[in-house]
Amino acid sequence: MTSNFPTLVVEDLRTYFYTKAGVVKAVDGISFTVDRGEILGLVGESGSGKTVTGFSIMGLVDPPGRVAGGRILFKGDDIAGLPDDAMRTLRGNRIAMIFQDPMMTLNPVLRIDTQMIEAIKAHNAVSNDEARRRARDILGRVGIPSPDERLKAYPHQFSGGMRQRVSIAIALLNDPDLIVADEPTTALDVTIQGQILYEVQKLCRESRTAMIWITHDLSVIAGLADRISVMYAGRIVESGQVDEVLDRPLHPYTRGLIGSVPSENRRGVPLAQIPGMTPSLLNLPPGCAFRARCPRADNACLTPPEMTLAAPGREVRCFHPHLA
Amino acid sequence: MTAPILELDGISKRFVKSLDLAEKLVALVNPKLREQVVRAVDGVSLHVREREVLGLVGESGCGKSTLGRIIAGILPKSAGTVRYRGNDVDHLDASQARDVALKVQMIFQDPYASLNPRMRVQDIVGEAPLYHGIVTTDGIDDYVAEMLLRVGLDPSYRRRYPHQFSGGQRQRLGIARALAVRPDFLVCDEAVAALDVSIQAQVLNLFMKLREELGLTYLFISHDLGVVQHLSDRVAIMYLGRIVETGPTSELFEKPNHPYTQALLAGVPRLDQRHRRFEPVKGEIPSPLDPPHGCHFHPRCPHAIARCRAEQPRLVDIAPGRLAACHLNDGS
Ligand SMILES: Nc1ncnc2c1ncn2[C@@H]1O[C@H](COP(=O)(O)OP(=O)(O)OP(=O)(O)O)[C@@H](O)[C@H]1O
Ligand SMILES: Nc1ncnc2c1ncn2[C@@H]1O[C@H](COP(=O)(O)OP(=O)(O)O)[C@@H](O)[C@H]1O
Ligand code: SF4
Ligand code: SF4
Ligand SMILES: [Mg+2]
Ligand SMILES: [Mg+2]
Repeated sequence: MTSNFPTLVVEDLRTYFYTKAGVVKAVDGISFTVDRGEILGLVGESGSGKTVTGFSIMGLVDPPGRVAGGRILFKGDDIAGLPDDAMRTLRGNRIAMIFQDPMMTLNPVLRIDTQMIEAIKAHNAVSNDEARRRARDILGRVGIPSPDERLKAYPHQFSGGMRQRVSIAIALLNDPDLIVADEPTTALDVTIQGQILYEVQKLCRESRTAMIWITHDLSVIAGLADRISVMYAGRIVESGQVDEVLDRPLHPYTRGLIGSVPSENRRGVPLAQIPGMTPSLLNLPPGCAFRARCPRADNACLTPPEMTLAAPGREVRCFHPHLA
Repeated sequence: MTAPILELDGISKRFVKSLDLAEKLVALVNPKLREQVVRAVDGVSLHVREREVLGLVGESGCGKSTLGRIIAGILPKSAGTVRYRGNDVDHLDASQARDVALKVQMIFQDPYASLNPRMRVQDIVGEAPLYHGIVTTDGIDDYVAEMLLRVGLDPSYRRRYPHQFSGGQRQRLGIARALAVRPDFLVCDEAVAALDVSIQAQVLNLFMKLREELGLTYLFISHDLGVVQHLSDRVAIMYLGRIVETGPTSELFEKPNHPYTQALLAGVPRLDQRHRRFEPVKGEIPSPLDPPHGCHFHPRCPHAIARCRAEQPRLVDIAPGRLAACHLNDGS
């Protein structure tokens, strides 16, 4: 195997939707790398292109959308535009996705054991008994009590949090090299969320799985991720180590986001708010997409800023970053 | 001390949960599956003082929305007493009852679902105050403009329909509609949960501004502890239909008494905690359909003793202004 390549390298990825109203550039030239055992936090507000990024990697973008440019290198091989059957072999085997809604993974009319055993046997030549044993072990690992009994249940017999854990178990079944997790804990309560984050962390540590954790919640990313990429209107505007980005944000948007998070030391004080709202991708203004909301905007920002290296491992797309 | 504007005494709500289609199919082979009774709210007593923000926190399905709807008068209770400004709401004459119904308004999580898509802003905001004679036909245009400005919307939007607004703007619209009947008390049920962080900050700031300007009282329901901590004067923690702890926000967050509150606070993700080691949930998470006996929390509680499995702990004073329901506080 080509194991000296990073698990995933995304280069200048562009995913466009060709709609009647015009071309929606949902992902417009993003690049990042995730290596073994690493957790990359992909942060941004709704509509910024996070899910489309995940779907692009998984080969799940449906018409009128398609990957219009760039490369997706999985262990060195470009998988953008791989034929459907080849992609299906990778999916659920070497690459898995955890969706925000667990019912995207689960089939409501099949028992959990049927679904899990099928998923194992689709990619491995093992006996039914062997597959069942594996399914049971993994249910136990994601904290499902009495896994033997639970295997015989249907999805609706689980609570929301348990269903999400089952869908995570299914993502783990074949020990994938890469997991794309799209806001899987956003709807969950903190105690259950903690349980799932515990399992995810353990997995990356022990199995060296590479993970992309998509979220709009900076607080979760703070505790979980190694590195962060911040998305705005289809582009990455800032990236770096988690401590660097959260303690010394360079981009005005990242600063605004951090200021918007309610926290104990700002109790009762009005929160910093980013004025205005996220722009429609159909008619983005020329220049920097954040311009209309940015306190630092000036005439320079009428041309689009490029991603530039601000320090080793630190990138920012802004003409007037908050440099120390 | 100001008298409570709202007092709840032993409020309960039972739902009979009938089977959905999938469950009916399963019931054919598994006769143990039957209609079940959920005690969504189970003997809740609480008060809210005038101009106070009371945060109500608890995990999904613990009964927060059900309690909020009972307070807002849009869901009948199964038992207990609601007193508004000292008066039992079950013993009001028709006009008093109408007054209370207007004074307590609810703001929902999903602003879209709660706004009529075929009505213009003008009518969404203006209909109720006109109907209730709060404003006359002559004054309605100015009145609607005033409400829109108050929540930070441009009055020139008055001829638009809800779908022409962003999520944050729709939530503002929902707030304008509620304010238009001149309420004293807002029940906000996950009112910022569907909004993006930057927009959420705008709406939270709006709630605080309105409280100052209009002297409003809030019951603020949220599963986001950061939001509750930021906004609330006092917090009530709910677990499987019961209040397990209440107290002033800073004291409760600094020194949580109930083991469930402690677990909850320990799990809150915070911006300044990096590279955390997350902890698994201990014990099994119970179903609201079949809550454990005694203290509902005992299967997950690291301190549970034999008594906890048998006897429900009562909510008792543990310090001035603080209540908790845990046998450990008996000190015997
Ligand atoms: N109309 C209903 N019929 C049957 N059961 C109901 C009904 N409404 C609520 N319940 C049940 O009552 C319990 C409490 O529900 P409620 O909506 O109050 O929870 P919640 O605390 O608001 O949860 P969330 O945080 O998910 O909004 C749950 O077990 C729920 O399934
Ligand atoms: N099927 C589609 N057709 C047209 N536009 C789409 C489609 N799916 C997503 N988009 C657009 O792509 C952009 C990014 O969407 P998405 O990746 O889902 O955002 P996020 O996950 O960051 O909230 C949005 O503007 C969205 O409206
Ligand atoms: S490029 Fe200009 S408008 Fe864009 S974020 Fe930087 S300062 Fe603001
Ligand atoms: S009453 Fe018992 S089980 Fe319940 S929280 Fe207290 S110690 Fe734990
Ligand atoms: Mg998304
Ligand atoms: Mg609710």
